[in-house]
Formats: sequence, structure tokens, C-alpha cells
Amino acid sequence: MTLSMAGALNRGLADALDADDRVLVFGEDVGPLGGVFRVTDGLAARFGEKRVFDTPLAESGIVGTAIGMAMNGLRPVVEMQFDAFAYPAFEQITSHLAKLRNRTRGRVEVPVVIRIPYGGGIGGVEHHCDSSELYYTHTPGLRVVTPGTPEDAYHLLRASIDSPDPVIFLEPKRLYWGKSEVDFGAGVPMDRAVVRRAGADVTLIAYGPMVPVALETAEAAGEEGWDVEVVDLRTLSPFDDETVAASVRKTGRAVVVHEASGFCGYGAEVAARLTERCFHHLHAPILRVTGYDIPYPPPKLEEHHLPNVDRVLDAIARLQWDDRVDGVVGVA
Amino acid sequence: MTTVTSSERGLLPSAEPLALLTAAGEPLPEPVLPMPGDEVLLDLHRRMVLGRRFDAQATALTKQGRLAVYPSSRGQEACEVGAVLALDERDWLFPTYRDSVALVTRGVDPIETLTLLQGGWHLGYDPYEHRVGPQCTPLATNTLHAVGVAHAARFKGEDSVALVLLGDGATSEGDTHEALNFAGVWQAPVVFLVQNNGYAISVPMSKQNAAPSLAHKGIGYGVPSVLVDGNDPAAVYAVVRDAVQAAREGGGPTLIEARTYRIEAHTNADDANRYRDPSEVAYWLGRDPLDRIEAYLRSCGLLDDARRDAVLAEAEAFAAKVRDGMNADVEPNPAELFEHVYAQPTPALREQAAHLAEELR
Ligand SMILES: Cc1ncc(C[n+]2csc(CCOP(=O)(O)OP(=O)(O)O)c2C)c(N)n1
Repeated sequence: MTLSMAGALNRGLADALDADDRVLVFGEDVGPLGGVFRVTDGLAARFGEKRVFDTPLAESGIVGTAIGMAMNGLRPVVEMQFDAFAYPAFEQITSHLAKLRNRTRGRVEVPVVIRIPYGGGIGGVEHHCDSSELYYTHTPGLRVVTPGTPEDAYHLLRASIDSPDPVIFLEPKRLYWGKSEVDFGAGVPMDRAVVRRAGADVTLIAYGPMVPVALETAEAAGEEGWDVEVVDLRTLSPFDDETVAASVRKTGRAVVVHEASGFCGYGAEVAARLTERCFHHLHAPILRVTGYDIPYPPPKLEEHHLPNVDRVLDAIARLQWDDRVDGVVGVA
Repeated sequence: MTTVTSSERGLLPSAEPLALLTAAGEPLPEPVLPMPGDEVLLDLHRRMVLGRRFDAQATALTKQGRLAVYPSSRGQEACEVGAVLALDERDWLFPTYRDSVALVTRGVDPIETLTLLQGGWHLGYDPYEHRVGPQCTPLATNTLHAVGVAHAARFKGEDSVALVLLGDGATSEGDTHEALNFAGVWQAPVVFLVQNNGYAISVPMSKQNAAPSLAHKGIGYGVPSVLVDGNDPAAVYAVVRDAVQAAREGGGPTLIEARTYRIEAHTNADDANRYRDPSEVAYWLGRDPLDRIEAYLRSCGLLDDARRDAVLAEAEAFAAKVRDGMNADVEPNPAELFEHVYAQPTPALREQAAHLAEELR
């Protein structure tokens, strides 16, 4: 079945509500409106106000009450309207949601899923385009998931709702409307990266909004004679060392791509882990292609900030392919 | 007629919204507020006409793709204009994304007002020039900033007051409650004006609040509270003016709830038919704040066709200025991305700026 990512997520929520009557969906405008991105479209009508409902406008309240509900046997799936509007809930997420299991020596479980429309590239005004993954991946106790295709979106959302751990589910806004085939029977495991495209010369490591950019780059690189492998991380935390390191051992070169600023960004963690595990297989330092170290720009300038095919190609070109190129460290 | 100050009013708001004019624009027989003077009433009218025209122009520009997004305040002009005219120049205004009409009423250049929504930069105007805080997108965060600015003013021995605008939905955020509490404890010279337009995007009041009114939220913080008819420009002006005066004289904060209605959808990207009945909009169109003041001004001979036509002509000229300004293609300079991140660009930012410049060559 061909579905947009928003459609696949909608179907994922509906199937989860159907499968388990402990599942609740709530947040701002998720009821009759169906969410500002229509991901919850039709769910309130179908499952009723007790299961799918609008809350007062208070992110800390939404996450905090979800924690209490999960402590008492329910499985809340909540929506933050935009990435930067989750920050009022930061205390509840980082200090409580993430830590309750550990603090209570495993006696309290908080299977809450927080869905966050995430990232830029849609011409949104400030506070609507943040790439906030690192705040969550840096917090032990949270699982952080971000799908790159509609099929992954469906299966990873189902798996997240089934997960006994709290999950931050980052939905790349710019991929909401792109359609592709979804196989509902396939199943996608949590915590596993996937090789989206096989190649022999260099590994592009991407996730969420950058998956299509990486795939497009791989095509373009093929024309220049580079055989590019693309790994889609899918789950940012915990990290799938096995899949990623196997790819890099094979190719000997790697570029990590993400929208968020590079400094202390997710790419730094990936590069460090790979260096530790694959040092003797590497022919070049691991490079990062990221957003600049600036607050997210206004819509008219965002194209200059976001990584694109040219920038990734440029990074590939700088990977010490022969003795003539010796300086590989570059920005962005 | 007696003037009721906010401290005399006590903490409890009235059960019904205070008003000076009926929906048809007739003066109420026993007003509890002073009617603003003729000059003020005429100014309210003129600014509301300009504001309505500005709003229509911005909406049209959005349809042409000139604005990334526009949240209309059509129907809320009594709040937008009444509140701002009640301020003195030395006072501060802390607006939200919806308050473009308040900004142009304050004297902010219309093009600079629209910069954020147009997408050229995050803010077009200098907050110090007109004492207007940055238009606030994350909800309710501006309430705390307003309390801080107001407190600092008193700290420095100034008698300026901060007025903060927020919506009904924003009253649910934790920041609103912290701001009210700080303001009460510090007796800060700050006025909170909630424009209760019935909806937070799609969520109606019934799902937002269980108190008898949003004004009731002041009680628990020791902040005197007022409920006013938000479609009555004379009443909004009188109530805000009174609260500003009380704050200026050391009387502390006031929370005002203005009952109004958002005629258009939340923004141009929203479909209001999914969550509200058109008959509700029709009801509120019959309570138009602009019609109300116009009827009143005509009935007491302050407004005639000639004056009205002059105001309309001024509004047309204003709209034309906005149109021309917005139709000029001004592309922001990508080099600016790296400026103002820190007081001085860091070495890394300089390097990144050079990288982008190289790319754009
Ligand atoms: C902290 C935060 N959460 C969510 C949003 C998304 N959002 C933008 S406007 C809005 C509704 C606001 O309603 P209200 O406060 O009543 O103001 P109005 O838009 O009606 O003027 C929401 C939920 C936001 N801007 N900030």
C-alpha cells in the first residue's frame, strides 16, 4: 500500500489503539482537528474522547500526567506540537520520564511515547524547525527513534508503543508528505540500523530527514565513480554499533550527515565510536556534514544551513582518495 | 460616575464582562468605568480601521505567497488597539505572534512588523526603539519577560509599566502561573491582558479551563483581576488604562481577561471548519468591535461620513505602503547567519561563514 509518512503514522496509531485498550493518544489539537499535521486525523471520531483527546495547552502537564498514567498501567502516546515547543516539558522528560525505572530499581515502568514533529526544511518560522535529538540521546533511559521512510514510521511507531521504555519518537516534518510503499507485514525491529543501499567505497550514515539526501547523494556519487553505501540509523539511542561498524569496516570511509549543529552534535558520537571500533580499517578520518553552529535560521535562509547533496558530495571528495589530497578537515 | 481603581476592585472579577457600549454601540445606562474622552474615542476608531485594513492586506499577501504564515487578529481590534493606546510611550509592550495590529498601533513600521512572518529574519524591529519586546512564538514565555522588565524598571526608579499580551490557551502554560506569582510577590508594575478569543487553535475554552473565568486565575496569586468585553474598545481602553495607572502608582499587577473572538482561522494554514460551527462566527460578526464604536461615535455626532471617508482613505494609503514594501524582493544576506550568535563571532563561526561564502561564489 502506498502511503505518506503522516498516513503511515496515522495507521500505526489506529492499529495500536485497536490492539490494546490501554493505549491513549492525547496532546494539543490531536482530537477533532486531527493534529496540525493531521497525524491523528479521524482517531477521536473512531476511538472516542476517552482514548483520543485534546489537553490544556501545557507541555509539562501533558508529559507529567502521561508519566502518572503510565505508572498506573496505561500506555500514553502524546504529541508535542513542534520540536521547540517540547522544551517546557524538558524537566518532566529528562528528570522523570528517563529516570523513573532506574530510580526505583526497576519497580516503576513508564512506557510513554512522545511524538515530536522534528527538524526543518519546510519554511517554518522560528521555534518550528529545531533538531533537538541530542538533548534526548544524551539522556540515559530514553529511547530515541526517527524514521526515514513511511514503512519504518509505521513499524517503529508500533514497536515504540509496545516498548517497556519511554520513547522519544522524532517525526521528520519534511518527510510527512512523501509517499512510498508500506508493507504492514514486514515488521521493523527497534534498535537496529539498516543498510538502505549497498556500496563498497564509502559509508554515508544518516537518519530521519537526511535519509533521502543521503540516498540522492549516493546516486549522484555513482556518476562520479564512488560506490556509496547508505546506513539509516532509525534508532539513535541505543546505537546499533554492529550494523554501522560492519559497514565502515567494509568501506573504510564514512561521512555522518545531520541537520542539527555539528558542535557536540550526534555526528561527533558516531565518529568517536567508529574510530574506537574501526580505526585500523579507516582510510580517512570520519567526516561530518551538519547544520552550522547557529540558531535555526529564518525560512528564507534555511537552505543555506541545511546539508544538501552538494555538501555531502564535497565531503566524500575530501576523504583522502589519493596522495594528492592531504588536508581533510573542513567545516560543515 | 466613579472611577474604580484595580485595588478597590479587589481580587474577584465581575461575573459578567465590564462594558461601556452595547453590541449595537449604545452607551450602557450605569457604567462602572469612565468613558474615554472624545479624542481617545476617535483615535481608537481610526486605529481600528487602520488595523483592520492592515490585517486584510497581510492576509492577501499570504495568499500571494509573500508571507510564510499570518495569524489574523480580525475581530480582536478592540483589544489590540485599546490596550496599546492605553500605554504611554515610556511603557513596554510584550506581544505574541498574533499581535501585529498592536505593533503597528504602537508605531512599529509595518514592514518591520511583518519581517518575522515573512521569513526574512526572526524579528524586524528594534525592541528598544518602541519599547516592544520581540513577538513571542513559544506560548507564555513573554509573561515572565514582562515581569522582569517591569521589575527592573521599578528597580531603576522609572515609572514605566509593562503590558503583556497572551491568549486563552497560553494561560494553561506553567510560565503564565509563575509570572502571575512573581508579579504578585514582587508587586511588579505589569498588566496581563488575556485575549480570550475562544480557541487555542482548535481547542475550545471548555477543554482549557474549569474556573468561572480566566480572570479568576489572578485570585490565587493575589493579583487583582478584571473581566472585560473584548469587543468594546472603550471598555478595553478604560480597563487597561486603569490597570496601567494603578501599576504606575505602585498598585502592583492586574490580570485582565478580554472576551473576544477570532473571526479568521488560527492562521492561513488552519482549517477552522474542522472544529467550529460557521453560525458561531456569524454571531460574533454581529458583535464587531469596529461597528460598535462607529455606531457610538455617529450617535453622539463625533463621526460623520466625511471623517469616516478620510480615515478609510488613510487606511487605503497605509495598505498600499504595506503592499509596496512587501512586494519589493529583499533577500536576506546569508552572511548574516553567522552574525549576532555571540557578541564576537567565534573562530569556528568565522570559518563556517567563509565556507558558505565560498559555496555561494
Ligand atoms: C509552548 C508552545 N506550545 C505549543 C505551541 C503551538 N501553538 C501555537 S499557537 C497555539 C494556540 C495558542 O492559543 P492561544 O494562547 O489561545 O492564542 P491565540 O492563537 O488564540 O491568539 C499553539 C498550541 C506554541 N506556540 N508554544
